[in-house]
Amino acid sequence: MASQAHALTEADKDRFYLTKEHHPENGTLLGFWIYLMSDCLIFAVLFATYAVLGRNYAAGPSGADLFDLPLVAVNTGLLLLSSITYGFAMISAQAKKVKPVLAWLAVTGLLGLGFLSLELYEFHHLISEGAGPQRSAFLSSFFVLVGTHGLHVTFGIIWLVTLMVQVAQRGLGAEMKRRLMCLSMFWHFLDVVWIGVFSFVYLLGVLK
Amino acid sequence: MSPDLVKFIFGRLTWDAIPLHEPILLATFAMVALGGLTVLALLTRYKLWGYLWREWLTSVDHKKIGVMYIILAVVMLLRGFADALMMRAQQAMAFGEAAGYLPPHHYDQIFTAHGVIMIFFVAMPLVTGLMNLAVPLQIGARDVAFPFLNNFSFWMTVGGAVLVMASLFVGEFARTGWLAYPPLSNLAYSPDVGVDYYIWALQVAGVGTTLSGINLVVTIIKMRAPGMSLMKMPVFTWTSLCTNVLIVATFPILTATLALLTADRYLLTNFFTNDFGGNPMMYVNLIWIWGHPEVYILILPAFGVFSEVVSTFCGKRLFGYSSMVYATVVITILSYIVWLHHFFTMGSGASVNSFFGITTMIISIPTGAKIFNWLFTMYRGRIRFEVPMLWTVGFMVTFVIGGMTGVLLAVPPADFVLHNSLFLIAHFHNVIIGGVVFGMFAGITYWFPKAFGFKLDPFWGKVSFWCWLVGFWVAFTPLYVLGLMGVTRRMSHFEDPSLQIWFVIAAIGAVIILCGILAFLIQIVVSIRNREALRDLTGDPWGGRTLEWSTSSPPPAYNFAFTPVVHELDAWWDMKARGYQRPTRDFIPIHMPANTGAGVVLAGISVVLGFALIWHIWWLAAVSFVALIVSAIAHTFNFKRDYYIPAEEVVRVEDARTEALRSLT
Repeated sequence: MASQAHALTEADKDRFYLTKEHHPENGTLLGFWIYLMSDCLIFAVLFATYAVLGRNYAAGPSGADLFDLPLVAVNTGLLLLSSITYGFAMISAQAKKVKPVLAWLAVTGLLGLGFLSLELYEFHHLISEGAGPQRSAFLSSFFVLVGTHGLHVTFGIIWLVTLMVQVAQRGLGAEMKRRLMCLSMFWHFLDVVWIGVFSFVYLLGVLK
Repeated sequence: MSPDLVKFIFGRLTWDAIPLHEPILLATFAMVALGGLTVLALLTRYKLWGYLWREWLTSVDHKKIGVMYIILAVVMLLRGFADALMMRAQQAMAFGEAAGYLPPHHYDQIFTAHGVIMIFFVAMPLVTGLMNLAVPLQIGARDVAFPFLNNFSFWMTVGGAVLVMASLFVGEFARTGWLAYPPLSNLAYSPDVGVDYYIWALQVAGVGTTLSGINLVVTIIKMRAPGMSLMKMPVFTWTSLCTNVLIVATFPILTATLALLTADRYLLTNFFTNDFGGNPMMYVNLIWIWGHPEVYILILPAFGVFSEVVSTFCGKRLFGYSSMVYATVVITILSYIVWLHHFFTMGSGASVNSFFGITTMIISIPTGAKIFNWLFTMYRGRIRFEVPMLWTVGFMVTFVIGGMTGVLLAVPPADFVLHNSLFLIAHFHNVIIGGVVFGMFAGITYWFPKAFGFKLDPFWGKVSFWCWLVGFWVAFTPLYVLGLMGVTRRMSHFEDPSLQIWFVIAAIGAVIILCGILAFLIQIVVSIRNREALRDLTGDPWGGRTLEWSTSSPPPAYNFAFTPVVHELDAWWDMKARGYQRPTRDFIPIHMPANTGAGVVLAGISVVLGFALIWHIWWLAAVSFVALIVSAIAHTFNFKRDYYIPAEEVVRVEDARTEALRSLT
């Protein structure tokens, strides 16, 4: 509790300085939360842009013409599942079991790769149909919103591999747990953003 | 070599990009190159490279990073002000037959560069520099929450400045105005590299700004000394907290908006184009959702400085501390819901315009409350008119007038007449110079003795103050008049000869401000030469109230040998009043973050990446992008990030201070 962290203990009431080394609470997780919120604003801009421009088809195809919901549903399933498997990795990390952590992280990474492959397939398909990002403002905002999420997943996977190497090297001390926790927040955050993309772009898109 | 190969290697970079045919640029380049070579030669001659690298460039010490930010700002101020002088000279000359000395092509780059440099590379580094310098000391911390990130943020800001400066000599800068509105900034109307320099300079610097915002928010929330509850924080720390919250909550919007413009320019998307469903007004809305909070990002820390200065130099606690805090928070929130007043003429209708007009006027209420708080603090105070106090009084007079013209512009029907006129230019220079610049000079004068251990020379400080104050009014009153007469901004030539006298007066004002800048530089040189006479051994030269004055000047690397315990607002004043005795023994080892060169490396690669993207040198962009990722990952494998200052070292430093203090009595 922040209020307690700065409250004075009885012993400190009449003194002007501490005689022991002062250890402020580690700020990494708070800092990472704030970073995530700033990243969330980037997505907010992209969503707002999609909301404003998403019906500007410029006599081109609309979402209803283009989106393949079953494919996107599989994709959504992969990403949601990867959040669960990351959760299992964190449970194993609490129990300080290195091998299960590595295994669950590997599963998470593979699910993430599966998500990315399907997304790239979808993009390739759209572009080859002449529905690339240059075709209309709707498609520009679609590609950039979904693509930015995909870029985040890509960096998440690079980060995940890096952490796997470090966990294998150094085990699960406080520092590595903190790093795993940051990536965990990042990974779940991407899930939440994707739920927004799925509902707002794909589901509403096919409804017209 | 075949043309294809040349194009592959150099992208669109050719010899034509070097402005050999433009004498003004060539002369500037010669001067910058000569100056740079002299500095490099001196560094080599006196064997300072190692010292510079170990003690400054790779330093994670918040005080040194703060000083480096301010040095960057002063250097960029000279560039930005040179642009201002060129504009004033052109506008004073170019009437009727006379075309002036700057072709429109060049003039348009100058007003764009002036705006970009002054906001992003002068005002922002000044604000961030002062916050870095003072905030950890004010809250009794050893450093910021993320010391490496702090160093990295600084170098990214430098990286952005390097790209802007490079555009002067390789290629050209944007000709679009400082916010680069599309469709003008889009590919169809700005196909050359100017806008790309603009985009990548701001993106590189923006990463630094966002990260330093996160860093300082966490520092203030997590690292305050025991006993310092939120309502016992110094006002400058409060305004810094609000400013950094604003940075975190707005700079990502700038990043995303510029990224969309980048997509339009590089991937040929249609966000802000005129056809295929694009909407340029989307850009204008988004950029001002960042842009309006940005002006509060700049002014809030200045308000904080004035609060510290007023209470210190009046010898009283600040009048209405809690109302000051609430006013700051209210301004922080309101700053988000006024952005549309920058384009009432967009045509969003009477209801929308009324909403934003009213919210804009409401902001003047908390701001007015602050002015009254400062005035009531001065009332019956024992005022010492030292240089920081002069800046503060000059600010109060100037800023109130700027605020009133702002309220005038907030009336939508009036704005339809004054939109994009010189009246607007006069208004925002009135609040930015009268508010931010005066505040930063007050802050530099106030905290200089803390950073270096000697005061700034007061005579040259006063000369600088009076030149700035008088120069500002001589330069910008004519612009108010011209704006009311309907003269629009960004013109390089005028037909009506009756206007000329006003521009001549404005040019004279700019020269007076130039004297103010020169006096400031002379002040630094004179103060360094007379440093023994100006020396302050107490660490508390002004009779300060907050914790930064409780330690030595300059503070040791660890700031405080023992972390202070806070009981009151104005903690140091309370300690002095209750007979605090400085500890002189039983020192313990202190845990500190270690220096690292990773920030310099990462920012350096970012500059190369930006340059490659600007010039479409794709192979270099790919290589530097991979290098950036690899070096970032490599840095995460460095786990030796801290060390202990041994107790003997602490004893040595503190004993020296004990000796120094004894010599005073």
